Amino acid sequence: MSNPISASWRRLRAAAWARSLEFMRDRSAVSWNVIFPVFLVLGLGYVFSGPGQPLFKVAVLAPAGTVLDSRLHPMLGTSQVQFYLEPEREAAIHKVQLQRIDMLIDLTSADGRYWINTQSPRGKVLEQLLRGAGGPPLARQVTSGAETRYVDWVTPGVLGMNIMFACLFGIGYVIVRYRKSGYLKRLNATPLRAFEFLLAQLVSRLVLIVVINSAVFTACRLLLHLRMEGSYWNLLLLVVLAIFSMIAMGLVVSARISSEELAGGILNVIATPMMVLCGVFFSIDGAPRLLQLTAQLFPLTHLIEGARAIMLDGATLAQIAPHLLALAAMSVIYLVLGAMLFKWRQG
Amino acid sequence: MATVLEARDLIKQYPRVCAVGGVSFRVEEGSCFGLLGPNGAGKSTTIEMLEGLLSPSSGQVLFRGAPLGSHYRERVGIQFQSTSLQEHLTTRENLQFFSALYPRRRPLPELIALCRLEEFLNRDASKLSGGQRQRLLLAIALVNDPEVLFLDEPTTGLDPQARRNFWDLVQGAKAQGKTIVLTTHYMEEAHLLCDALMIIDHGKIIASGSPTALLAGHFDEAVLELPAAEARKLGDSSAYKEKGEIAELHTQDVNAAIARLLQAGASLARLRIRQPTLEDLFLDLTGQELRA
Repeated sequence: MSNPISASWRRLRAAAWARSLEFMRDRSAVSWNVIFPVFLVLGLGYVFSGPGQPLFKVAVLAPAGTVLDSRLHPMLGTSQVQFYLEPEREAAIHKVQLQRIDMLIDLTSADGRYWINTQSPRGKVLEQLLRGAGGPPLARQVTSGAETRYVDWVTPGVLGMNIMFACLFGIGYVIVRYRKSGYLKRLNATPLRAFEFLLAQLVSRLVLIVVINSAVFTACRLLLHLRMEGSYWNLLLLVVLAIFSMIAMGLVVSARISSEELAGGILNVIATPMMVLCGVFFSIDGAPRLLQLTAQLFPLTHLIEGARAIMLDGATLAQIAPHLLALAAMSVIYLVLGAMLFKWRQG
Repeated sequence: MATVLEARDLIKQYPRVCAVGGVSFRVEEGSCFGLLGPNGAGKSTTIEMLEGLLSPSSGQVLFRGAPLGSHYRERVGIQFQSTSLQEHLTTRENLQFFSALYPRRRPLPELIALCRLEEFLNRDASKLSGGQRQRLLLAIALVNDPEVLFLDEPTTGLDPQARRNFWDLVQGAKAQGKTIVLTTHYMEEAHLLCDALMIIDHGKIIASGSPTALLAGHFDEAVLELPAAEARKLGDSSAYKEKGEIAELHTQDVNAAIARLLQAGASLARLRIRQPTLEDLFLDLTGQELRA
């Protein structure tokens, strides 16, 4: 009798290879997975790399629950400016530095202060508006840093979203199809175990998504001159963990279903809030606290926030560790849940 | 002869229906055991319990005298009634994949020759004809050189020639000492391949034994078939059974029956005399057509 671990490894490898061959020979699926994100990024680059958006965004440091209106400071009554509460000073100053917000007003200390980025023309406009608004004088603080182009900011979001769809639908539909056609029943008649089968599907999909998205990322970096401040290895580690957790999420959805329509519906119910809440196209910095906390439950949030931290701020491994831990925990939970719920046959 | 599989009072109860209501039988080493019955009789449920894919509600399946253990799947081969394979994989790749799942493997060239897969080895498995596909599925069921081979209606939907080719392959596997458990709708197939038969209906065994013994035990008469219009000339409608345009006369004395027909002025131009078949036996026992 052969060693059970090597036998298990051989079965896993065979199942992963068979699935990879099936995917790679499905030309329509491959081309869709490659072409769609490239066009999306190019389109966004074309649309958003022009002049900045007209709306000014100003963070206000004040105790939680403070109502931001002109009674607090006359400046807060200015139209065409979005004001929002920011809990942490350092994080807010960093956003001014990156020009993700145009000004920070600190009303927590007795004598108020404000920060602008000296390299941002919009900061200077806001400074003029502040002087004209009257009210108690605020002390001027400056920081500097090049503007983050929207395309630099949105690309991690778009690629993250594409990865999410590839993970959820790529695995969910395939397993439901296998179950419906009776292929899973056939596999169940072999020594292949549920955990080996699921892990094989996961690994095969993971490798394909990493390879395809690395190519897409490289193309985007060259075409759009994307900013990349941090380490490629840290980015790869983050992406691999995020893909693992999102595929495992798809496995939970497809654990028992035999209807493609139902699977599609459930996957959409999961994917849509992720797309909206995880900051793909717009920052959720100004969103209500509850929404921000909810977003932390989704793997896509950790992928996008982590990737932006690495690419835009040059975050180190230690700095993205909370995202990595969250993704690792989700991966384990979803995989174990998926294997426990898994059924080989329908009905 | 040693017993390979033994079913002891197998019952499978679903919430609203009892699929199998207590069946016991033995499958002997190297034999081909046929499970017959109309649709919904409990054949598939019974065979799936033997395959270890379905747990009985009560009763037990023993493999070589012991309950089915964790390695049972490595020692049996299964061909389902309808199986879809992974898309975009060739015949050879499908064989390689299934082969890698087992610790004991039969050399692929041997399997390819046994199931005559040479001509479509590199063809996408989804592009195979019905007969080719069944040959590939049989090869997949044999990749681990199993001790017991389960074939669940393996020739349903095949044309007569493909069916005969498939029977040759099964006889080849049998000649190599494999124990085979077969379910089928085709009586000719059961008669040709099986050493022992079990007919079940409504989840119960209604007859069992070798095909010859079953027929000998139930029939000691011959069957005369002729056009119904000719049979009617006998006048006595209880003497024959009409089946569409054909009438059947069951008799122990063929000569006397023919004499009566001649006397009644019936034409014997289309008369056919045959021995009763398993199909007759089945109809006799269950009162319904096997393919119903």
